[in-house]
Amino acid sequence: MDKPFAITLDPGSSLANHTGSWRTVKPVYVDRLPPCNATCPAGENIQGWLFHAESGDYEKAWRVLTENNPLPAIMGRVCYHPCEGACNRQHVDAAVGINSVERFLGDEAIKRGWKFEKPAAKSGKRVLVVGAGPSGLSAAYHLARLGHAVEIHEAGPFAGGMMRFGIPKYRLPREVLEAEVARILELGVVLKLDAKVADIRATMTAGGFDAAFLAVGAHIGKRAYIPAGDATKIVDAVSVLRSMEGEDKPLLGRRVVIYGGGNTAIDVARTAKRLGAEESIIVYRRTREKMPAHDFEVEEALQEGVMVKWLSTIKQAGEGEITIEKMALDEKGFPQPTGEFETLAADSVVLALGQDVDLSLLDGVPGLEIKDGVVQVAPNMMTGHAGIFAGGDMVPSERTVTVAVGHGKKAARHIDGWLRGEAYAPAPKHELAGIEKLNPWYYSEAPHTVRPTLDIIRRQSTFDEVQGGLDESNAQFEARRCLSCGNCFECDNCYGVCPDNAVIKLGPGKRFAFNYDYCKGCGVCVAECPCGAIKMVPEEI
Amino acid sequence: MSFQPVKFYQTGTFTVGNRLLAPEERSVQSSPRRFNSLNSGHRACQGCGEALGARYAIDAAMEAAHGQLIAANATGCLEVFSTPYPETSWQIPWVHSLFGNAAAVATGVAAALKVKGRKEVRVVAQGGDGGTTDIGFGCLSGMFERNDDVLYICYDNGGYMNTGVQRSSATPPAARTATTMAVGDEPGNPFGQGKFVPAIAMAHDIPYVATATVADLRDLEAKVGRAMEIHGARYIHILVPCPLGWGTASNETIKMARLAKETGIFPVFAAENGVVTEVLKIRHRLPVEEYLKPQKRYAHLFGKQPRVDVIARLQALADRNIKKYGLLDGGAN
Repeated sequence: MDKPFAITLDPGSSLANHTGSWRTVKPVYVDRLPPCNATCPAGENIQGWLFHAESGDYEKAWRVLTENNPLPAIMGRVCYHPCEGACNRQHVDAAVGINSVERFLGDEAIKRGWKFEKPAAKSGKRVLVVGAGPSGLSAAYHLARLGHAVEIHEAGPFAGGMMRFGIPKYRLPREVLEAEVARILELGVVLKLDAKVADIRATMTAGGFDAAFLAVGAHIGKRAYIPAGDATKIVDAVSVLRSMEGEDKPLLGRRVVIYGGGNTAIDVARTAKRLGAEESIIVYRRTREKMPAHDFEVEEALQEGVMVKWLSTIKQAGEGEITIEKMALDEKGFPQPTGEFETLAADSVVLALGQDVDLSLLDGVPGLEIKDGVVQVAPNMMTGHAGIFAGGDMVPSERTVTVAVGHGKKAARHIDGWLRGEAYAPAPKHELAGIEKLNPWYYSEAPHTVRPTLDIIRRQSTFDEVQGGLDESNAQFEARRCLSCGNCFECDNCYGVCPDNAVIKLGPGKRFAFNYDYCKGCGVCVAECPCGAIKMVPEEI
Repeated sequence: MSFQPVKFYQTGTFTVGNRLLAPEERSVQSSPRRFNSLNSGHRACQGCGEALGARYAIDAAMEAAHGQLIAANATGCLEVFSTPYPETSWQIPWVHSLFGNAAAVATGVAAALKVKGRKEVRVVAQGGDGGTTDIGFGCLSGMFERNDDVLYICYDNGGYMNTGVQRSSATPPAARTATTMAVGDEPGNPFGQGKFVPAIAMAHDIPYVATATVADLRDLEAKVGRAMEIHGARYIHILVPCPLGWGTASNETIKMARLAKETGIFPVFAAENGVVTEVLKIRHRLPVEEYLKPQKRYAHLFGKQPRVDVIARLQALADRNIKKYGLLDGGAN
């Protein structure tokens, strides 16, 4: 006993006092689903790839991105980016420019020649993909990465489908399309061009295919009956856009009228302007608010001098002019004729009224259900005929490139499961990381980066790409605007703000863990986590 | 200005760490090798602002002193919850004597070190607002006027909390405590009483005086770092919300400190030799209701008939701070 006066115990550490026993609720780390990921039709892990772009590891970002979508340079140009519409940053300042960063990564990959990793093992199974559009290419890519031997049969002379024959060059330069298609083919995918499949079952038998994915698209322009004299040139939008890819450009005249209100109508109107039309006029039966075309495309078209006759239908087409009837919206928002007519000078009328699917290859296949001109598929993308799957514009859905890419991925995973004799079960979705789960205080003020746009004169006469890309510095700035909703980005806040030192820092890339011996369950870490990656759960008592 | 905030990099310097910053740009608290001067197992309430503030400040002082630090502690929550005999949460040499003499004890320790020639060992004194602004004020003022080489850190939670929430001279006006009940025409702590010790410290013309909150870690660490560069009497006054005494949820501690700063209720600044040299600007200005409403000690202002007159007087105090310290000039920081 060599202790000071009145002292009988050795000094001890408070570590003996396990304050964790006070707790009735405890924090747990979670991964929540960021709204961008939840909205992406191609199921991209957007927050996941932005995470790597933030630290400048663009190749890793590109690799995470292409786990779900093999066409980032195309996506970065033609996707209507619903992700940005869902982005939580819009509640802070403006949504993250996800699409522009995606394009930067896609272009960077083409520039640096990054390749996909080949599958480790071959499955020995053969899959036929019909159609080399976005859906077919996406399915082929995913099937090839899963080890299957894939052959694409494409009816046309080039790969790309609507990305080549529907989307004008000023939105998607063909060298970008070709580079991304070539990279998929380097995985060993066989592409047969000018190989229209007339009978799917015969082709499958002849090629020894174990399964097929059909993605023939919708290439037949819908017609509408318009009383017309012999002298009036009436063509459909799909043919116009397709002939842009050939030697002979379409002859539309000086005054072109486009009938319809979708994105295709806009594409044709802008194409006509670039071909030298003095007047390119869209006739649409409803109003701008009701127009199915995307607003930014309408805006760009108007900037380029495209005109629009709202609330109008074409009644008759005569020589050098057409008659249009004024419409009025009824209380349900449907256009009704008013009996007021006017005439409009027109050398040609282009019908952009939607497209139908050529389903002739399915003649005689038992078990199929075809409704409204499209093939019905089960949630696993399989048609009524076992082993034949379908996706893209030929199944009921929104007809965009991104949706098609998503179909291809989903179908590929189910085809893989089906070939292995087990149903593919996707991982359960995490809880959504809404803005109310975040603590936006911690994010720095940072305005949205605006992409450069081609000057208006060149947009009216050339097919040069309208929208420019970001360079490295501003792409990284844009990536760093990501709030990382619902997923830890290692800001150390939980580690710092715990009054009880009950958070263990596991090191770079390894995130954190709780020391429940000392965590009192105060919840400060949850309240101060910027991105909502921690939640409180009741303690079992 | 000693603290240069990083403007962007996703969360810049708002968060404790940031994987996008170079290691030398990160906070002391973000380091896996931080000292944890106040260790786990202490008996502070859930969400205690004082425990958090003490670890922030003493870890930063330890970093600046290369681990050569002695602390003298006044009686109060911090002393009670960290050292129930025979346990201690302190991983530094630490001494407690009486309620009111922490500054004098620290002065003595500093004098002894000087005699022994131990220049590398630095001394801090710390206490709550009771031990600082009330009971220990005489010793503190003496330490200031002699310019003793001590950094005194006051953790201000606005009352005597561990004894049952009694009023101190740092209790804000209108706040309900056990000794200033929410009754009568002027419920809660009377207006026109109490004192703001940082201003009194400045009046001593000591080399360094600063205020900080647990909501702005990078600012707090920079201030402790600056104070440790100076020899002589230094004073840092840290606002540490108290879930028990303020009647807030245990997870709102940092939020309350942030609101105190953003409303202008608590001015965050630094002064050298009696002159204000830097101010932490308000980022998004808010009305005082935002700060008052979550606190049960102000619940009597938000009853069936809200006391708009009292709220207006509190807003006037915040506005006075904003004007006096220039909390809004120059935009967001």
